[in-house]
Amino acid sequence: MAFGAFSSGAAPGVATVQEGPRRKSRVALFLLLPGIAYLALFFLVPLISLLLTSFMAPREFGDIGQFDYAFRWENYVKVVETYLPHILRSFGYAAIATVLALIIGYPLAYFIGVNLRRFPLVQALALVLVIAPFFISFLLRTLAWKQIFADEGPVVGALNALSLMGPGDHITGTPAAVVFGLTYMFIPFMTLPIYTSLERLDLRYVEAGGDLYASPWTTFRTVTLPLSMPGVVSGTLLTFIPASGDYINASRDFLGSTETAMIGNVVETNFLILQNYPAAAALSIILMATILILVGAYVRKSGTEDLV
Amino acid sequence: MRGFGRYALAVYSVIALTFIMIPIVYTIVFSFNDARRTNIIWRGFTFDNWLQVCRAQDVCIAFGNSIIVALVATLLATVLGTMIAIALVRYRFRFRAATTLLLFLPMATPEVVLGAGLAAQFLAAGVQKGLVTIIIAHTMFCISFVVVTVRARVASLDPALEEAGRDLYGSPRQVFWRITFPLLLPGIIAAAMLSFALSFDDFIITNFNAGSTMTFPKYIYTAAARGIPAEANVIASAVFFLAIVIVIVVQVTNAARRKRLALR
Repeated sequence: MAFGAFSSGAAPGVATVQEGPRRKSRVALFLLLPGIAYLALFFLVPLISLLLTSFMAPREFGDIGQFDYAFRWENYVKVVETYLPHILRSFGYAAIATVLALIIGYPLAYFIGVNLRRFPLVQALALVLVIAPFFISFLLRTLAWKQIFADEGPVVGALNALSLMGPGDHITGTPAAVVFGLTYMFIPFMTLPIYTSLERLDLRYVEAGGDLYASPWTTFRTVTLPLSMPGVVSGTLLTFIPASGDYINASRDFLGSTETAMIGNVVETNFLILQNYPAAAALSIILMATILILVGAYVRKSGTEDLV
Repeated sequence: MRGFGRYALAVYSVIALTFIMIPIVYTIVFSFNDARRTNIIWRGFTFDNWLQVCRAQDVCIAFGNSIIVALVATLLATVLGTMIAIALVRYRFRFRAATTLLLFLPMATPEVVLGAGLAAQFLAAGVQKGLVTIIIAHTMFCISFVVVTVRARVASLDPALEEAGRDLYGSPRQVFWRITFPLLLPGIIAAAMLSFALSFDDFIITNFNAGSTMTFPKYIYTAAARGIPAEANVIASAVFFLAIVIVIVVQVTNAARRKRLALR
């Protein structure tokens, strides 16, 4: 510490660089300990608790919802056998929704981040519109879509009048409606990170592409897209991860039906209604492990490992 | 991109922004619906829902709970997260990689897993679910977002300013409260606002850890099957307008601040 004080007086420029490591680690511990202890207690321990629960066996002669610690790995076999369609559906819906949100979000982010640069006020307004959904309950927004697409609602009425839909057809309760809801829900999560990376894009690189006789498409593919890749990666992760665990859109009371149930719905039912805690825990662990594997592979492949 | 391409992109973006706004406008419009029981079909315009919001008592109780939870969780998460953010930028310590991973993981974990995990732990420990368990859960998932937000601010802080404070014989405490803290404040406020928004709108984690306690999102989920009263739309719309006003005020103040700094 004494040396640190001395060097900071002698050469401030150098000292600021070295300052960090030289300070007392007791302060660092004081700053870190409460928060880290909190996360350990209420994030890590619960994950372990979940893992232990997933291997539990029903108590002999016990009531519903009573289980004992055991090592019943068969729980996993059983949930995969029973819920394989739900597992595949979750990742399928989430993947389609992620691609759709990217198709909607990328051009929008490009327009706001690049074309609107010369109009700061319009740019700010457009950004407020993109984040506006964050300020109003997502459940009410989803219910609004449900009512818009309801059998007695305007969309079905119009499609019926144009005979594009028969009287027995529905929009709500179909996989398409669930994917639609998921896509809508995550557009802001996709658009914002892409906007952030495009907003800083140096347009001279794009001009250079044109000067070198590259077509606009080639310039986009070889210059703009790679430079915006960090935004695309965070956007797709911020969409795919929560979308695969979502159970609002797929819920019967919202845009889905029993035929569209995803992992989240099954976990909710097993945990909160059937009190089959081991099944809920095993499904959660499967969901989390699959996501970690997929995300790990994706992040490695896209070459942006300094996300954190 | 020029000519037709730019025009097409502008049209595409306007359509996308309109699409984003449709259910928001729908929700606000239906807060003025003269609905009696179920707020599904438009029956005419009225201010009654706005003037007597607490006529639907359950909605108001749930809303009050959500505000309490969001305030306490925001306070806890902001304090804990800011401390971590300062430590991460300013100090070297062992287990740094492990700490960063521990902060990143909650953000990469689906909410069902966070919710079910915590609920499994409360179950094993025999903890009664209620307001306290909701606050514990919300604080947990907000911390990481606070760290990410505040850390950017700490990293952009010029250490020379604190250096000057120390050179002028300021005690560490004085340097922190008179220099570091005011400079970090915009980041801390942004983090607190984010936490509040995340907590207020959270449903999935809450649903696993609330027991019979109602929060505003949980009320909507439970009532969805039999129809939401228009008063719920009123509360959601009021919160929306308030948030938009705050965002605009913050934007304008930031712009004015940048201008002032640029003039110097």
